Amino acid sequence: MSLIEITEVRKSFGDNEVLKGINLDVEPGEVIAIIGKSGSGKSTLLRCINGLESITSGSIQVAGAQLLDDELHLKALRLKVGMIFQQFNLFPHLTAGGNVMLSQMVVKKVAKADAEVMARKMLERVGLAHKFDAFPDELSGGQQQRVAIARALAMQPIALLCDEITSALDPELVAEVLAVVRELAREGMTLLMVTHEMKFARDVCSRVVFMHQGRVHEIGPPEEVFANPKTPELRQFIGMVDETV
Amino acid sequence: MIEFTLWDILRNLLLAARWTIVLSLVSFVGGGLVGLLILFLRISPKTWLNWLARGYIELFQGTPLLMQLFIAFFGLGLFGIDVPAWLAAGVALILWSAAFLAEIWRGCVEAIAKGQWEASASLGMGRLQQMRYVILPQALKIALPPTVGFSVQVIKGTSLTSIIGFVELSKAGSVVTNATFLPFTVYGLVALLYFALCWPLSKSSQILERKLNVAHRNH
Repeated sequence: MSLIEITEVRKSFGDNEVLKGINLDVEPGEVIAIIGKSGSGKSTLLRCINGLESITSGSIQVAGAQLLDDELHLKALRLKVGMIFQQFNLFPHLTAGGNVMLSQMVVKKVAKADAEVMARKMLERVGLAHKFDAFPDELSGGQQQRVAIARALAMQPIALLCDEITSALDPELVAEVLAVVRELAREGMTLLMVTHEMKFARDVCSRVVFMHQGRVHEIGPPEEVFANPKTPELRQFIGMVDETV
Repeated sequence: MIEFTLWDILRNLLLAARWTIVLSLVSFVGGGLVGLLILFLRISPKTWLNWLARGYIELFQGTPLLMQLFIAFFGLGLFGIDVPAWLAAGVALILWSAAFLAEIWRGCVEAIAKGQWEASASLGMGRLQQMRYVILPQALKIALPPTVGFSVQVIKGTSLTSIIGFVELSKAGSVVTNATFLPFTVYGLVALLYFALCWPLSKSSQILERKLNVAHRNH
């Protein structure tokens, strides 16, 4: 059984069908890049996987936890998949350490001392052990995003969803965040990332999903997808991206 | 004819001002608690709870406080329930404050970025946990200045309860005027006392606003 099973998922916003029957199975330890033009539904797909958007039809399962639209099922699912956002979304009223500790204590009822040990460990993992007491507005964008990764990791998820996590960063800060993600991939974390970092996708990912108009248009290992695009849409997309790089 | 000294007048007004303060505190604290409840209904994802809260707020914001006091005082009397003035005043002011506070706070809660809800949800928090640990601590900061500002409205609102016979500062003012025939002096002092109560509050609201300087943080 696959770790994440996405079966015939459809999602509409009003009359606008954004996902038109998505099928995707993700094995443990896979690193998947979802690429495509804006409006192709890639972020929506990611948001559906952890229940931030409800799906219109189809089913999503993560390690046996079914996506259903009630708080109990959502919580069970969200304990298995963490999510990192484009805008970091750190809690501004808490320190970096507090950000990483909060959900452990509130959701998992971990004792404060244990949560702190875990928080220090996770901040160390993203190279920010020394920023434990810093508030988010005292950190650079790259540092904030690394704290966000530590915060998700502290919940010990079995998969991480990354929604354009470097898109809001200044160019010189992108590398430090990608280095952390690369390290996670090496350690065997299952990752699904919507990204515009084509080089990163080529180097790190096991499979690339090209989405077009709400469908999985092409899927395969990066060397195949990038070197040998089968459809004109993907060829055009890769051409477009390469010109900008 | 008895002569009244200025001190006689002021002393009586000060004694009555205690009731203005007590009624204001009760209304503000009670209104805050009821307002919090209305706030939770108002931002609930369940539509019918939402409409209930919306109706409540529209009703109390859309009618004069004076009418609400009359209805609380005389209205219940029609059903044979004898409502003392202090009770009618307290209940009406609590319900009225709740409507305004709930709406002020709703604005503050909605000012918190959507990403905060999403991040806390993705970490597995339930709705109440999100409110308690993520949204309210941030909203509170924004809410403080307008909430303190609104307390001024509550204090001034208590003056209307004089009409249903609750003896607070304004009612004492008219009683003392009737005895002394010195309306200008008496009402001048009444106004000064209200000002002494309200001004420090509006001033601290301004200071809080500048200190928290919420609009310019994190940008």
